[in-house]
Amino acid sequence: MKTETPNERRRFLLSIARGIGLSAMGALVWSAYVGEVKAAPLVLRPPGALDEAEFIKNCIKCGLCVEACPYDTLILARPGDNLPMGTPYFTPRSVPCYMCTDIPCVPVCPSGALNELSVTSYVKNKAVLDINKAHMGLAVVDENSCIATWGIQCDACYRACPLLGEAITIEHSKNDRTGKHAFLKPVVHPDQCTGCGLCEHACVTEIAAIHILPRALAMGKVGDHYIKGWDKEDEKRLEGASIEVTKTKISEKSALDSLNDEGGL
Amino acid sequence: MKNYRYLLLRRLTQISLLVLYVGANIWGWKVLQGNLSSSSVLGVVPLSDPYAVMQLAVTGASLGMDILLGALIVALFYGVIGGRAFCSWVCPINMITDTAAWLRRVLKFSEVQKRFYMSRSLRYWILGLSLILSALMGVAVFELISPISMAHRGLIFGMGMGGGALAVIFLFDLLVHENGWCGYICPLGATHSLIGKFSLIRVWHDAPKCTDCRSCITVCPEKEVLHMINRSSESVIMGECTNCGRCVDVCQEDALRFSIRSFTKQPKDEE
Repeated sequence: MKTETPNERRRFLLSIARGIGLSAMGALVWSAYVGEVKAAPLVLRPPGALDEAEFIKNCIKCGLCVEACPYDTLILARPGDNLPMGTPYFTPRSVPCYMCTDIPCVPVCPSGALNELSVTSYVKNKAVLDINKAHMGLAVVDENSCIATWGIQCDACYRACPLLGEAITIEHSKNDRTGKHAFLKPVVHPDQCTGCGLCEHACVTEIAAIHILPRALAMGKVGDHYIKGWDKEDEKRLEGASIEVTKTKISEKSALDSLNDEGGL
Repeated sequence: MKNYRYLLLRRLTQISLLVLYVGANIWGWKVLQGNLSSSSVLGVVPLSDPYAVMQLAVTGASLGMDILLGALIVALFYGVIGGRAFCSWVCPINMITDTAAWLRRVLKFSEVQKRFYMSRSLRYWILGLSLILSALMGVAVFELISPISMAHRGLIFGMGMGGGALAVIFLFDLLVHENGWCGYICPLGATHSLIGKFSLIRVWHDAPKCTDCRSCITVCPEKEVLHMINRSSESVIMGECTNCGRCVDVCQEDALRFSIRSFTKQPKDEE
């Protein structure tokens, strides 16, 4: 009996250790794969989607948004698409988002990954769905391949835009090459652009000269260091601005003390 | 026919559910929309996979009301009534693994092949690991590789390369290990084993009728649960039993049948 007990205990501890060892190995492979697919930033989500990191946390991959979409815009990422598997996305060059006013894809989301509040407006204190508030992505123009910037007349994207004259406007400038014509260049306004992709879908060049990028990729951020002093609205950002004081070895003490310090000499 | 009663009923259930889901996507039927991760019945009642919701929860997701309620409904149904019935009555992978197991028996692979050791508890380790990894990586990790969701989504929304994963499971079960996927690896099955541990519907074994032909053990995908065969009259109470009813089908002596969970135990008298 006395010799039995330690062996029992050793066997038990060893089986636990083996489990942990195998788990660690599995975890290594598994997390490497998950890390890879998670890091696919070039993906456009349905209207009202949370930020990408939150979105893939919340999405349960049920496809109810896909079934609700009347234009078959949304598809669920299939194995082999190299995107987070089972999550909904769209490719505007093939099928753009037609911006249904009742946004059927959003209210059906059971997990809250598509946030109804982010596409809701208040009209006379009544909540109504408002697709114009969607920010699925941002249209970006590649001026090198946009024929309008060559001086050829084309306003396909401008005409296709559901927020005509708001999300895309046409900028006139003189064409010095001919001396008598004008450039009519499309300019995208990020505040209005919903990223629906109708412009990309309509673009006449072989590969669209205007294309939708995820906003996180297409946009920069000024931060609190620069503020438009001439703009009353922008000046309000000062109120929320954070003060950041950089401390280095020299600036630890006051300037005078620092200059008089002979410790390092 | 009597020998295939539950098998046919199960196939009918599995296929009808699939048809309803596919119909929802193609023809816009409103009966059962979504997929096994989360569905909506008649556009009103939510149903969600409790395991998927558990993974979402540990990532720190905000969790919509619908999926919480859906997971609760599903867990209550299997927990109180169905046991681990999801695995054998709903899951589309079951048709693949059942076919592999059947082929193994017909081709007598198990008699020739030396068994390599895999622990039945492997699936619980994978279940635990998936929750830890989900918490660390901020995404439901099993949902990203789950062949069950892959198969189900594939049938409804388009397969992509998902067919490969199904072929791997089929070949693994056929050539590597009997009932390998469902009986040893699948963490969703492990979750349902835990949820259904105390459910009411159970197979009852009537030991005096048993002739020890062992047909039930041959067809059972979770042989351990039938430890009482020809030993004592009792309910099959282990959570791993999938309530597939195949043992009830094949028993020629009516020594096995479905009934309500019983806590009595009557050893078989050896005369």
